Amino acid sequence: MSGEARSSGPAMSPDMKALLVPAIDSRSSWRELFILPLAAMFLAMLIGALIMMATSVAPETILQSFIAMAHGSVGSIHAISETLTAAIPLVLAGLGIGLAFRAGLFNIGAEGQMVVGGLAAAIASFLVTGLSIWLHLPLVLLVGLAIGAVYAAIAGLLKAATGAHEVISTIMLNLISIRLLDYMLRQPFIQKEGRSDPISKAVLETAELPRILEFLDGNLRLHAGLFIMLAAVAVIYWLLFRSKLGFAFRISGENPGAARYAGIRAGLTIVMAMAIAGALAGLAGAIQVSGVLGRATPGFTAGIGFDAIAVALLGRSHPVGILLAGLLFGALEAGGRQMQVDAGVSIDMIGIMQALIIIFVAAPLLVRRIFPPLFRERPRGGEENG
Amino acid sequence: MGDAVSRQEAGPRLIDWRASVSGGVLIALALVVAFLLDTPWDSVSTFRISRPRDVWAVGNLTVPSQWFNVAASVLLAFLGTRLFLKGGGRWTAVALGIGLVVLAMAFLVWATAGKAISLTGMLQATVVRAVPIALAALGGILCERVGVINIAIEGMLLAGAFAGAMFGSLMGGWAGIICAMITGGVFGLLLAALVITYRVDQIIAGVVINLFVLGLTSYVSSQVFAEYRWLNKASPFRSFKIPVLGDIPLIGPVLFNQNLFVYGALILVTLSTYYLFHTRHGLRARAVGEHPRAADTLGIDVIKTRYAHVIVAGMVAGFGGAWFTLGSVGRFDENMTFGRGFIGLAAMIFGRWHPLGALAAALIFGFADSLQQKLSILNTPIPSEFLSMAPYIATIVVVAGLVGQARPPAAIGKPYVKE
Repeated sequence: MSGEARSSGPAMSPDMKALLVPAIDSRSSWRELFILPLAAMFLAMLIGALIMMATSVAPETILQSFIAMAHGSVGSIHAISETLTAAIPLVLAGLGIGLAFRAGLFNIGAEGQMVVGGLAAAIASFLVTGLSIWLHLPLVLLVGLAIGAVYAAIAGLLKAATGAHEVISTIMLNLISIRLLDYMLRQPFIQKEGRSDPISKAVLETAELPRILEFLDGNLRLHAGLFIMLAAVAVIYWLLFRSKLGFAFRISGENPGAARYAGIRAGLTIVMAMAIAGALAGLAGAIQVSGVLGRATPGFTAGIGFDAIAVALLGRSHPVGILLAGLLFGALEAGGRQMQVDAGVSIDMIGIMQALIIIFVAAPLLVRRIFPPLFRERPRGGEENG
Repeated sequence: MGDAVSRQEAGPRLIDWRASVSGGVLIALALVVAFLLDTPWDSVSTFRISRPRDVWAVGNLTVPSQWFNVAASVLLAFLGTRLFLKGGGRWTAVALGIGLVVLAMAFLVWATAGKAISLTGMLQATVVRAVPIALAALGGILCERVGVINIAIEGMLLAGAFAGAMFGSLMGGWAGIICAMITGGVFGLLLAALVITYRVDQIIAGVVINLFVLGLTSYVSSQVFAEYRWLNKASPFRSFKIPVLGDIPLIGPVLFNQNLFVYGALILVTLSTYYLFHTRHGLRARAVGEHPRAADTLGIDVIKTRYAHVIVAGMVAGFGGAWFTLGSVGRFDENMTFGRGFIGLAAMIFGRWHPLGALAAALIFGFADSLQQKLSILNTPIPSEFLSMAPYIATIVVVAGLVGQARPPAAIGKPYVKE
């Protein structure tokens, strides 16, 4: 691959292109898109089982935990509701990270953008009173979206103006956002009355995302954020592949030199891409607060912003791929909780498996070496036999 | 090659921006010092240097608070204006470094106005806190000098901290350190395999290793440590005084009465400076980072050099990670490194990919860290959350102000394919 890129002339950025190939291989084959993630998942489960064995979890418990995972993710209407609920913020933040990827930016700051977005949404949800749900709810979500965009744009501006690498600046912004959250949650106009620990007041009823399956069972947590997520997938798809701005993003990511010759303003593109990524992450934070948690607490984002990086990589920075990857990770999340309850295996296991899936997806050469037949002779088939 | 040069030259417009931004930041800091850090004109900040029982006792250092801060603000304004108007050139790093130190000192003087604190104790804490940052930066330098970006430093620190606590509890401190280094080296090997052999994007590989280590260590600490607490109860290394040298006022306690990690870090920085810049192998390593194809033509094994350096970098980071457990409390907590690895990367940039520079930068970050701790004890009106943001903000300022000023190795981030 990179030999090919190397021979394509000294022009601008064979190197940059080679750097981004694993992330945004736009014309990857059917096998790359489906077999690779499946193989990666299988390997991740295998290694996960080995790690469980190494930490002296009994073999039948390991089996039980995988069954619990399946049961907790798709085994019942309640499980499916949990899976979808967990997938919503993952997909939204993942869309942002994927979009930034397309523009050649690695936004590790989704976590921090979710924190500030969610915090701002929480504040707007109880400080603004007397509005109907039709006004209040959109307002709250928009506040989260806008604050997330502004926060991410800081990293974009720094990159555009000074060349500061967005990876380091977004990580620092993540760490700053955690301190900021702790501070804000202690402010008298935010902190819940009568509490000394950092916890915000509850979201007002007019700012809550309605639960959409309540007519079936009051415990089903799935909320209207689902529709926002689906709409965001469509909008980002349109933006990336049908709009001028998306073209600017993609060309800047794949070939910055060509983008410059085409008269695309690099700085503006960087800031815009980061702002949109941050808007999506901020929206994800606002939806978590308004739809699931009902208030802001320290660590309310629970690492979703980092998991979303994995979702974006697994989804190959394609909106539909991100949707599928987000559903998979949502299922892992919901299944992991069931696993912790049923088998007593810590949910942190899920984090390990997610990282492993990404390692294998990002290293197609490695997976090909492990499962050579899958990528050569047989056109289709399950990798479970491999 | 010609292309690389032309890309370098496309930069001047950016460099002006950078100097302006840094200058603007310094001017803003001057205003902060001048207007927010006000103290009465007659107040005095007292810094204790010696304890009464020391062999050679030295009197206290007293500073008139307001005069000092006026001077600090003038100095900051001067540096900022100079940078803003004339551009920084080679001096941006130095100006920014001086600016940050002056700012930290001004904060300290302001917070101690009318009170007294132990300067020696603070500098001692500075050195201690600089250790993991310096070691992370050193790990970063060893990788980047051979052309491999190492975002995974954070994960390697965390893995080292974890292994140090676990094996340190099982087999004692020294075994803990050795196992921490081995663990760091294993993750170095993993990173090397991913980016060198399997040509995964270096930043993605690093981020994924960080996620993996975070998941693995959190899993084991909640799955195993919660139940078997004795696995997470290492006895930390105590500080020991080097005879005679340790009795020198100020310098003695700061440099010669520390624990193993401080001495280790100082030795490693010295060794790697010598290695990288004064030995044949160091020259070869740098050649691999600058122009791998030329190095290959001259018979240097690029792949092997990269593997070796990334693994050694992992071991250095593992040693640095052990600081978090064996060098302080002996207990591992989830995600206890808290971004120190990334701060180390900023220190690496700040120090221009040179071990001594990185050490100096790490000391500045360490100073900010210990300052924040002292300030929260001194009961200043600034909320402690904002104080603890300071090192992170400083990192952003440093990275924004210096990227491109300090040139990274040319071949960084690119996989090498032999033709």
